[in-house]
Amino acid sequence: MAIKVYGSMISTATLRVLLCLAEKDLDYELIFIDLATGEHKSPHMLSNNPFGQIPAFEDGDIKLIESRAIMQYIVRKYADKGTELMSSDPKKMAEQSVWMEVESQKFEPATTKLIWELCMKRFLFGKKGDDAVVAELLPALGRLLDVYEARLSESKYLGGDGFSLADLYHVPVIKFLTEAETKMKKLFHARPHVSAWVTDVLSRPACLKVFCKHAYCKGG
Amino acid sequence: MATPVTVYGPPLSTAVSRVLVCLLEKDVPFQLVPISMAKGEHKKPDYLKIQPFGQVPAFQDDEITLFESRAICRYIAEKNPSKGTMGLFGTNPLVKASIDQWLEAESQSFNPPSSILAFQLVFAPRMKLKQDEALIKQNEAKLVKVLDVYENRLGESRYLAGDEFTLADLSHLPNTQYLVEKANRAELFTSRKNVGRWWDEISSRPSWKKVVEMQNAPPQ
Repeated sequence: MAIKVYGSMISTATLRVLLCLAEKDLDYELIFIDLATGEHKSPHMLSNNPFGQIPAFEDGDIKLIESRAIMQYIVRKYADKGTELMSSDPKKMAEQSVWMEVESQKFEPATTKLIWELCMKRFLFGKKGDDAVVAELLPALGRLLDVYEARLSESKYLGGDGFSLADLYHVPVIKFLTEAETKMKKLFHARPHVSAWVTDVLSRPACLKVFCKHAYCKGG
Repeated sequence: MATPVTVYGPPLSTAVSRVLVCLLEKDVPFQLVPISMAKGEHKKPDYLKIQPFGQVPAFQDDEITLFESRAICRYIAEKNPSKGTMGLFGTNPLVKASIDQWLEAESQSFNPPSSILAFQLVFAPRMKLKQDEALIKQNEAKLVKVLDVYENRLGESRYLAGDEFTLADLSHLPNTQYLVEKANRAELFTSRKNVGRWWDEISSRPSWKKVVEMQNAPPQ
C-alpha cells in the first residue's frame, strides 16, 4: 500500500520526512496541506494530527505524526532499502542518537524563529523578516555551530563516519537558512568543517531530488 | 557483575533525573557523580570533553560516553532489553513507532513550555531571579493545549504509547514533578480526568519515588 504524507513543501518537518523517503528510495504521495489558509488546524487534519501540525504520515494501516518519529519508523521498517541512516551497531546507534537529540533539543530551538523570520513570513505572506529579531538570534546559533565545528573536525558526519538521521534531521533548516540570506550562508560557511558538511549534505542525490520540486525556496 | 555505569550531574536536574529513573526501571546499577553547577564544574575543561555543551547529564559505561538525556535513555533501554521493565522501549516495531511518536511529542511539544514554567516558577525564585510573568502566561497557554491532546489520547489508552508504561511516559516525569509538587500547578494535570489518572499512576512507580527521594535528600 502506498505511503502518504500530508504536508507542505514549505514545512521543514514535512521536508525532513520526504528527504528520508528519498534516501530510502521509497515512493510516496504528498497530499498538500495549505498552511497559509490554516488547513493544518481544520477538523480533517486534526483527526490526523491532534496537535494541528504537519506532517501526518500513513503507511497502509499505520498512522504516525512527529517528523522525527516518522523517520525512525521508515528507517526501521525499510532497513534493507536505500541509505542505512541508523546503524545496527548499538554503540554507533547511540552516537547517532546523541546528535539526533542535539538537533531536536538545541538546533531546532535555535533556528525556529530564524526560519519564521527569514523564510515562512516570505513564503506565507510575501513579507520580509524583522532584521532586529534576526540579529538577536545569530550569536546563539553561532555558538552552537562552534560545537558542531569541533565535532565535525573529529568525524565526517555528526553521528560518526557515515551519513545518518543525525545529519538528515538538519537538512531542511540548513537548506532554507543558507539560501535565505547571505549573512546566514556566511554563518555556516565561516566554519571550515561545518562548511564542508553543509556542502556535502545539501548535494546528496536525495536532497537534490526533493528540492528540485521546490524552486520557490529561492526568491519566494 | 558488570561495573556500575556513571551518571554525571545532580538529581535535581530534570534531565539527570530522566536518566536516573530509566536506570532504576531497567535495574541497571549506577554511581552518581554530582557535578556542582553552583561551582561551575559543568564548564570545566575536563567535563567539557565528555559534554561539549557544558550541561548535565553525561553518561559513561565501559563502552561509551554519551550526553542528551533522551538519547541516554534510549541507549539504556536498547542495551538492557530483558532487564527490569521489559517493554520500556517496545518489543516490536509497531509499538516502537508509537513510543517514538509520543517521545517526540514530549520532546517537541511538552518539554518547551513545561521546562520554561519549571524554570520560571521553581528555579528562578530559588536563584533569586525575577520571574517573567508574560512568559509564564504564554507557556501556560501552550501547555494547556498539549495537555488537552494528552487528555484525549489517555482516554483511549492507559499510557501514551499504549497499554504499557514506556519511555514516552517516563520522559514526562521530571518536568511534571516540579509543576505539580513545587510550582502550584497541580491543577493543570489533576483537573483533566485521564491526565490526572495517568500522572497518579506514573508518579507512584517505585523508580520515580526513589528519584524524588534522591532529589529531596540533603546535599552531601
